[in-house]
Amino acid sequence: MSQTPTALDLGLTAGGDIRRTPPMGGFSLAFLVLELRRLMRNKRAVIFTLVMPSAFFLLFGTDSKYKTESAGHGNTTAYIMVSMAVYGAMIATTSGGAMVATERALGWSRQLRLTPLKPVAYVAVKVAVAMTMGLAAIVTVFIVGNLVGADLSAGRMLLCGVLAWVCTLVFAAFGLFMGYLLPSENVMQVLGPALALLSFAGGLFIPLDQMSDVFATIAKFSPAYGVGVLSRSPFGDDGSILLAVINIVAWAAVFVGGAAWRMSKDTQRV
Amino acid sequence: MNSSTPAVSIDGVVKKFGSVTAVDNLSLDIHPGEVVAFLGPNGAGKTTTVDMILGLSNPTSGTVEVFGGDPRHAIALGRVAAVMQTGGLLKDFTVRETVELTASLFRPARPVDEVLDRAGILEIGDRLVGKASGGQQQRLRFALALLSDPDLLILDEPTTGMDVQGRRDFWNAIRSDAERGRTTVFATHYLEEADAYADRIVLVRRGKIVADGTSAEIKAMAAGRTVRATLEGADTAALAKVEGVDSVDVRGESVLIHGSDSDAIARYLLNHTTARDLEITSRNLEEAFVALTADDAPIAEGALA
Repeated sequence: MSQTPTALDLGLTAGGDIRRTPPMGGFSLAFLVLELRRLMRNKRAVIFTLVMPSAFFLLFGTDSKYKTESAGHGNTTAYIMVSMAVYGAMIATTSGGAMVATERALGWSRQLRLTPLKPVAYVAVKVAVAMTMGLAAIVTVFIVGNLVGADLSAGRMLLCGVLAWVCTLVFAAFGLFMGYLLPSENVMQVLGPALALLSFAGGLFIPLDQMSDVFATIAKFSPAYGVGVLSRSPFGDDGSILLAVINIVAWAAVFVGGAAWRMSKDTQRV
Repeated sequence: MNSSTPAVSIDGVVKKFGSVTAVDNLSLDIHPGEVVAFLGPNGAGKTTTVDMILGLSNPTSGTVEVFGGDPRHAIALGRVAAVMQTGGLLKDFTVRETVELTASLFRPARPVDEVLDRAGILEIGDRLVGKASGGQQQRLRFALALLSDPDLLILDEPTTGMDVQGRRDFWNAIRSDAERGRTTVFATHYLEEADAYADRIVLVRRGKIVADGTSAEIKAMAAGRTVRATLEGADTAALAKVEGVDSVDVRGESVLIHGSDSDAIARYLLNHTTARDLEITSRNLEEAFVALTADDAPIAEGALA
């Protein structure tokens, strides 16, 4: 049968446009901006990532003796400021990654599978949203810290912020892993307390040297430990940086591997 | 629209979930421009089949092609769109944001305002999805499906939750697109919708096709038709020999002839007898549906083309 190929045979739209797949698998700035706008509507997320870490910092870090007490190259207030920024960024990135749990529970991921969006682009959007929120958490605590007397040179403070931000990628992976693992709409109700526990155990709220020996040893295995130590390393090396790097790399491997494993299971065609 | 490639080509597809066979050696071609209703009782395998057409799941054996290729490729190019019962929406996006996000994924995409308008939700664009009614959310899913201007539109119980007006608007939109060549496949439990809007009805039971034809053909197949005529001194033996006749009743001056080919019966009556006042009646689609999908109904081999 010979006939002129129709628009249908050529895969054109009725209007004659060539159908294509989106660049970068569907990852785009427009997508990111819409997701961030949606997240800012979630009052709970805003309180937990932007308000609470600053409130904790004001509560724990602004005692007048901390402002005069030195901690390496800065004062104790600055040291606690960095710890609280790490805590805020942990919550922000974990909840960003864990958004996939809500979206799977609501059937939105299934809706997205009817579009050209590639799974890896979807995850990239979630990680980018998580990291943007993490950055906002760090910047907020740092601004509050500088207003109430945190003392650290600008260069070191910037380095602390960048390290904290990059390191909390581990928690974006943790959030994704948990998001794919727990099929729940309210996964953060479980992860919120878990993160607080990990932060305590990782020395973000109480320095390790104030813990008992047994507890201080356990603390070194917490995923919050490595991120905390490395983020505060610009205050001065106390000899634990190598251990911190090992901690971060190991946990990153566990969370990224776990997230990739669950994600491939989730997007498998059965 | 003429095209030699079927919109959907399902060939010998079997889909098993453990020991359960959801789809059992099903073969079906859907041609461009057809509006096909997929009917069957719950658990007949409709949704399983739709999932395979959309590439959400793979057949255990057999092949599914969409426009001659992999279903996922058709999705990636926006050639296929679907309104699924299971497709969820995010409550904290507005209606418009949901459409904007989805539009960002298609190349090309129809303008956001246009699809909102066609789905009848332009005026509630700024409403949060969580504050929209069930019917409005269903219209939103429809708007999303229109974004890529798809060649094939698949609808799973599309009018669930819509009011009468919404349902009418919806079908008007579907019909006008179908007239411009869009292939449409829908599963529905509103039999009157299948009857009114489909060119072709595919009845499925226990993973097999039990009937496939126009609504009129399906009704005739399940029930045959009854031809009633006024005829004095009817020759019942001669009438019974007409093709497809299964019963002849004489009631006074009336004769009631039941059979699968009412045209042949009527032609015979008009050409060879003095019969007048012919009336042809058939069961309605609902009765046909029940008759064909009942558990003890025979499975028709080589269903109507």
